[in-house]
Amino acid sequence: MAIVVVDVALKPEILDPQGRAIVSALGRVGLSGVADVRQGKQFVLTIDGEIDDAKLAQINEIASTLLSNPVIEDFTVQVRR
Amino acid sequence: MTPRVGVITFPGSLDDKDAARAVRIAGADSVALWHADADLHSVDAVVLPGGFSYGDYLRCGAIAKFAPVMEKLVDAANGGLPILGICNGFQVLTESHLLPGALTRNDHLHFICRDQKLRIENNTSAWTSDFNVGDEILIPLKNGEGGYVADEKTLDELEGEGRVIARYLEINPNGSRRDIAGITNSRGNVVGIMPHPEHAVETLTGPTTDGLGFFSSLLKSLVNDGKVSA
Repeated sequence: MAIVVVDVALKPEILDPQGRAIVSALGRVGLSGVADVRQGKQFVLTIDGEIDDAKLAQINEIASTLLSNPVIEDFTVQVRR
Repeated sequence: MTPRVGVITFPGSLDDKDAARAVRIAGADSVALWHADADLHSVDAVVLPGGFSYGDYLRCGAIAKFAPVMEKLVDAANGGLPILGICNGFQVLTESHLLPGALTRNDHLHFICRDQKLRIENNTSAWTSDFNVGDEILIPLKNGEGGYVADEKTLDELEGEGRVIARYLEINPNGSRRDIAGITNSRGNVVGIMPHPEHAVETLTGPTTDGLGFFSSLLKSLVNDGKVSA
């Protein structure tokens, strides 16, 4: 078994209204000094067997076509062994 | 021959019945298309209706783009088939890269439902040829993720090539860049619009009949292209 973690975040130039709402909520619960919050998504893929380069390439492809929208989002792929 | 206009139903589509009704009121036959059926059944045009395809899971329209019918639709779009994506349908078209940019969460975070005034900016696309540039229309708008975004270069290209088909008037209801409510591809056959023309085709159920213009435009385009006789 291997775990592959795909993190997806809005590109810096895309407005994140949810992140902005969280900033104001943080102020209300007493955490001051938070300049910015960006909300993203994390996908944790549990893969049968070992991860080889071909499988990793396939996961990268899927991360850029299904898990993220490259027009507005960036992603990273990490393997946890 | 009466033109045949397909309306695709995905799991979670809401406005497919209204889209089919608008097609019929405009004088065409509506043909029900199913997301899992990889066949467009020789229709003359396709409407992607509003709603919440696949529950809007992941991103609005993201899962719909992998539906069996979509592969056929992308090929047909590239071949010139007229396609109108309304609301969630617009989101499916951007996710499928048939139109540039993306639709994101409304800047004020609220779902909005109101009658919205628009200005028609392009009357050369397959779905807007029956309007005049500058026409002001009033049709319903209802969305939570309707903010149109694209990079500055893409926005400049859309403006420079006259591919913004309609803009929000009076208020910008969702934070869309440059007040953009709808756009077309460079060929003019694929149009996406966030407000709902199909809900404004009869005064009994809509604020106006202004939405009918999108469907009468299609019929006019099909006649002009020789696809169907007048």
